Amino acid sequence: MPLPEQRSFRDLTVAAGAAPARFAADVTRRVGFAELVAGGTLEPPLERFRGQSVLIWCERQLAAARILLEIDGIAARLVLCPSDFSPAHLPAVAAEAEVTAIVTDSATMAASAAGDLPVSVVDTVGRYAPSADCDRSFATEWILFTSGTSDRPKLVVHTLASLTGPIEGRAPASDVVWSTFYDIRRYGGLQILLRAFVGGASMVFSDANEPVAAFLERAGPCGVTHISGTPSHWRRALMSNAIDHIAPRYIRLSGEVADQAILDALATAFPSAAIAHAFASTEAGLAFDVDDGRAGFPAALIGQAGGKAELRIVDGSLRIRSPRNAARYLGDRGALKDAHGFVDTKDMLELRDGRYYFVGRREGVINVGGQKVHPEEVEAVINRVPAVRMARVRAQRSPITGALVVADIVLQPAAANESFDRVKAEIVAACRAALPPYKVPAMLRAVSSLDIAASGKLVRRHA
Amino acid sequence: MTIRTTVMEVMAEVGKMHDRQLAPLSDSLPLLDSGLDSLCIAVLVALLDDRLGVDPFAAASGSLPVTVGDFIALYENAAA
Repeated sequence: MPLPEQRSFRDLTVAAGAAPARFAADVTRRVGFAELVAGGTLEPPLERFRGQSVLIWCERQLAAARILLEIDGIAARLVLCPSDFSPAHLPAVAAEAEVTAIVTDSATMAASAAGDLPVSVVDTVGRYAPSADCDRSFATEWILFTSGTSDRPKLVVHTLASLTGPIEGRAPASDVVWSTFYDIRRYGGLQILLRAFVGGASMVFSDANEPVAAFLERAGPCGVTHISGTPSHWRRALMSNAIDHIAPRYIRLSGEVADQAILDALATAFPSAAIAHAFASTEAGLAFDVDDGRAGFPAALIGQAGGKAELRIVDGSLRIRSPRNAARYLGDRGALKDAHGFVDTKDMLELRDGRYYFVGRREGVINVGGQKVHPEEVEAVINRVPAVRMARVRAQRSPITGALVVADIVLQPAAANESFDRVKAEIVAACRAALPPYKVPAMLRAVSSLDIAASGKLVRRHA
Repeated sequence: MTIRTTVMEVMAEVGKMHDRQLAPLSDSLPLLDSGLDSLCIAVLVALLDDRLGVDPFAAASGSLPVTVGDFIALYENAAA
């Protein structure tokens, strides 16, 4: 069967035009798109990467983006290491992805990567000729890491075609300036990079070492119009005193359950912005967007045939089949899809009034004397209490019921001086009104902050 | 405040929290007839761990308390 014409990331970015207004900026530099496509950061010849499996391990997201532009379509495989990639995992990842070359922007990383593999060190300045005439027609595999726990990540195989599936057929929009709290080496962040570069827009990169307030203060003057993050990213942003620095017209949430409280808080903070939450995972890709301002999604999405993504519920969890699904895991890490080609997201759903709501992850369930509690469903209730900015519900061991539900609470800055006993009473009352007794937290603790992982998700430790 | 009064107070608190009508508490009353179910008792143990800093069940090797008196004695012995 003849393959459809393969267009590289660079081809698609060039085709979207280099309008003078278009730029890419990170914490140190701002680069126009004309420069971005006219200059290379990798020393020629790029032919040395042909057919290679290249591990891209950069501190700076802009450096990683430029490498993707330069060698997608040439390399056989590009392995995208996120900012929190642990050198301890390097030997295993390199073996699993059959890495033959490493590209980095950091002398430190280059030193810790030292081994038998050739290492190229780049910076974000395009000092070389662009190698525009290179053959970039190979369907390069883009390897992403799963955003799970601190265990060794699974390596997920995508292609540019599966990654750009969600943005096919969109008209270029050069007046759009995208940004994201995500690292672009994560699925959620990579979607934004592609929307910006392939979609003819501009892009402001976040930085793992930059405090959220500093990022917002930098993003505002760049004229960010569209911005994405996880609900945890957004709660943290709303808690910073710099949220007023941005005035986006489009806000996007993904990666975690968007509950009604965070959707309402964003609508209050940004009354004129369109707010959408999307369901996507590294393995399943983007499944759908919800833009009616309500948590959950319409039940009619399930079982619809012929859509971009087919959705099914099996054993309570959402399964997704679409061209945006990843192809497989690398190595011996199990099957990514079921026998029918569906990816099991392990996200549990509940039907209420014609709408499906995410109630939590299958493996995060707390077992209270045989009754199952999803932390997220309890958090959604707690987050509706006005004095609460964010909550984490977790299990506490109990000699009587095996486990109990307890919650750590971060108060709104405005409620910091309120008596915690009064807020506690309010939370317990809200939980008792909405939940059966075994789901009501037995204990509530006030904490000043909750950890958010580099993936943008609330850190949870499964018992 | 003695351990006995703290335990009694927290029992009443948990009963109220869970809308339970507590029976008049006496040492000979079986714990499960007090009006507290096992979820309430689990919450009670967690709250007492928090307030008294002891969890007699963590070290418990023997039998579970049957009466309210047994339950209070567990805490008194653990704190002693």
